[in-house]
Amino acid sequence: MEQGLLVVLNGLVYGLLLFMLSSGLTLIVGMMGVLNLAHASFYMLGAYLAYSISTVVGFWPALVLAPLAVGVIGALVERYGLRPVHRHGHVAELLFTFGLAFVIGEIVPLIWGRLPVPYRVPAVLDVPLFALAGTAYPAYRLFMMLISLAMFCALFAALAKTRLGLVVRAALTHPDMVAMLGHDVPRVFTLVFGAGCALAGLAGVIAGNAFTTEPGMARSLGAIVFAVVVMGGLGSLSGALVASLLIGLVQTVSIGLDLPFYKALSALGITVDVGGRLHDLWLLSVNRAAPVVPYLLLVLVLATRPRGLLGSRSA
Amino acid sequence: MKRWAPWIAAAFAALLLPHLFASGFGLSLLNRMGIAIVFALSFNMLLGQGGMLDFGHAIMLGFGGFLAMHAMRLAGLGWFIPTPLLPLVGAAGGLASALLTGWIATRRDRTAFAMITLGLAELVVAVVLMFPSVFGGEEGINGDRSDGPAILGFDFGSQMQVYHVVAVWTWISALLMWRTTLTPLGRLANAVRDNPERVGFLGYDPARVRFRVYVLSGLFAGIAGGLQAINDEIMTSGNIGSEASGAVLLMTFIGGIGTFWGPILGAVLIVLLQVALGTLTDAWQLYSGLLFVAMVVWAPGGLAGILLAHAPVMRAGRLGQLVGHYLRLIPGFALALAGVAGLSELAFRLEAIRGGASTGRIMGLAIDATAAWPWLVAAVLFLAGAALLNRTFPQARAAWQAAAQ
Repeated sequence: MEQGLLVVLNGLVYGLLLFMLSSGLTLIVGMMGVLNLAHASFYMLGAYLAYSISTVVGFWPALVLAPLAVGVIGALVERYGLRPVHRHGHVAELLFTFGLAFVIGEIVPLIWGRLPVPYRVPAVLDVPLFALAGTAYPAYRLFMMLISLAMFCALFAALAKTRLGLVVRAALTHPDMVAMLGHDVPRVFTLVFGAGCALAGLAGVIAGNAFTTEPGMARSLGAIVFAVVVMGGLGSLSGALVASLLIGLVQTVSIGLDLPFYKALSALGITVDVGGRLHDLWLLSVNRAAPVVPYLLLVLVLATRPRGLLGSRSA
Repeated sequence: MKRWAPWIAAAFAALLLPHLFASGFGLSLLNRMGIAIVFALSFNMLLGQGGMLDFGHAIMLGFGGFLAMHAMRLAGLGWFIPTPLLPLVGAAGGLASALLTGWIATRRDRTAFAMITLGLAELVVAVVLMFPSVFGGEEGINGDRSDGPAILGFDFGSQMQVYHVVAVWTWISALLMWRTTLTPLGRLANAVRDNPERVGFLGYDPARVRFRVYVLSGLFAGIAGGLQAINDEIMTSGNIGSEASGAVLLMTFIGGIGTFWGPILGAVLIVLLQVALGTLTDAWQLYSGLLFVAMVVWAPGGLAGILLAHAPVMRAGRLGQLVGHYLRLIPGFALALAGVAGLSELAFRLEAIRGGASTGRIMGLAIDATAAWPWLVAAVLFLAGAALLNRTFPQARAAWQAAAQ
């Protein structure tokens, strides 16, 4: 029971982290129709910048400065890179963000090296909070959860209550009409792109030290974030939230299951010939097959239900 | 006759080239170029001719290659499978995988198609690693190309013999792909790229057109896979993954997706860049990435597009007017390039020093990357080059516009 609670808690933290990435991406996709392939690269930049800043002035200033820096970089990329490409169509934009992800992926190991950097949890939070099933639960996990929740309250409040949020939400569904009413839609785009990147950066800041900060971190998370955004429905924040939590829980739960398929099947009353042609498959344990799930969902949702879970428009 | 001239010339060039570059290094370079050409042309059947951006194109090369590799191993067990025919086995593998992935992906177009292939690329790598007895896990599977039956005394063990296999298949594949662009299916693919809705109204199903083009492209990607299996004698999960797919996208786009021959240009250039820069610096991937982004922003037609833009000028006999303007671009380009190269080389060197290497030399010069002045010099070089280009580039463009009128 306690073991189960621990897994659910971890899944929740991971799901909220995914949402911090996917909320920004889903706004960007919804507004501009651009699937930003470099989104996870901004997450990586956030972690690395936070590491560099924290070695100079400590973790707390880095928590604010690194996401801001990532947001500024994102806004600059939108203004001077993406906008000129926009007139060549969506495929050109996709190519641009692909190239950007490639270049960032090459520059980061150039500056910080190919090995993980020692980006650590601040000492204040590096303490056990309580013990569950014999394992100490780190206080930093709770801090991650609180930061994520605070971020979402701020995001929802900004979208629901402010005038700018109103314009953003209107531009999601009726960009032409919003422009007609005299709002500078391209500037709103730059702002949303920058804000989305800043959110990804913040996710990097708080996740980089909980997990590892290494050059492969963007690649491993990137495709999962696309899966979340597509599954939730493009442009749908609530869909992204549901999908993030779902994928977060599924992945965390399945990682703990070191159970070969043939045993799982025999528990269901199905016996298979382990020595037969498919023995690779039967001997495969659930936790090694689990990474496939998000990609499978991405492909299936796109092919059969392009609106996603809660979306109103097709990919 | 005039249409066939380039193909006859290419055949003669293919016969001549191995004698100009007879070293092992030269031959391996040529072999890799041939494989890259077939792969890039098959990729451009989708992106350039069908408007489909495929982020998982290496899946089809990979399946073709793995199937060919298994056939090569069977030949080692005494089966009669001649090595030069392995690309046919590869083609079957590419075709089979294209039937499967295409059935899912080609239902949708544009961004949705690209996203599906992105997911498929990740999915397939994960699945491949789950079946080590078929795909060899992380190490991959290897074989020996000289195990096949000897034909006319050739056992295909030597580089030179492999070159001839690669050259013949590259020539045949390129010719077939070019002929495909002239068939009704090729024309329909162009129409689906430009206006799928209209094609639908004309009575053709755009999804079905996409599927057929995709399957054909998979067949040729499979041939490239078979050639790669022969050349490398090893296939790993890296050959099938998203990085291999990204590499073919880079070379095809840099070459130019708007023409049939653009990808050939890109494949030759990127393989050269990889080998030439690969021995000089560790940063060649960064350079090709930067080149790609620059192309997407400033020259979406690629190298072929830049060359093609000068065809009307040449026909009008006004190319001479441009020479002066283009020469004036050179200092700016050179300075900016030196700046970018200097900065990235310094960063690489600094990284190596942090990893415990000695200060060493950069491009043969004794430069200490831990000092501040080399960085300043490189930055100043880059800014000066950018400022120069900012002045000369608009002039050159105006001159081109005037000449092209």
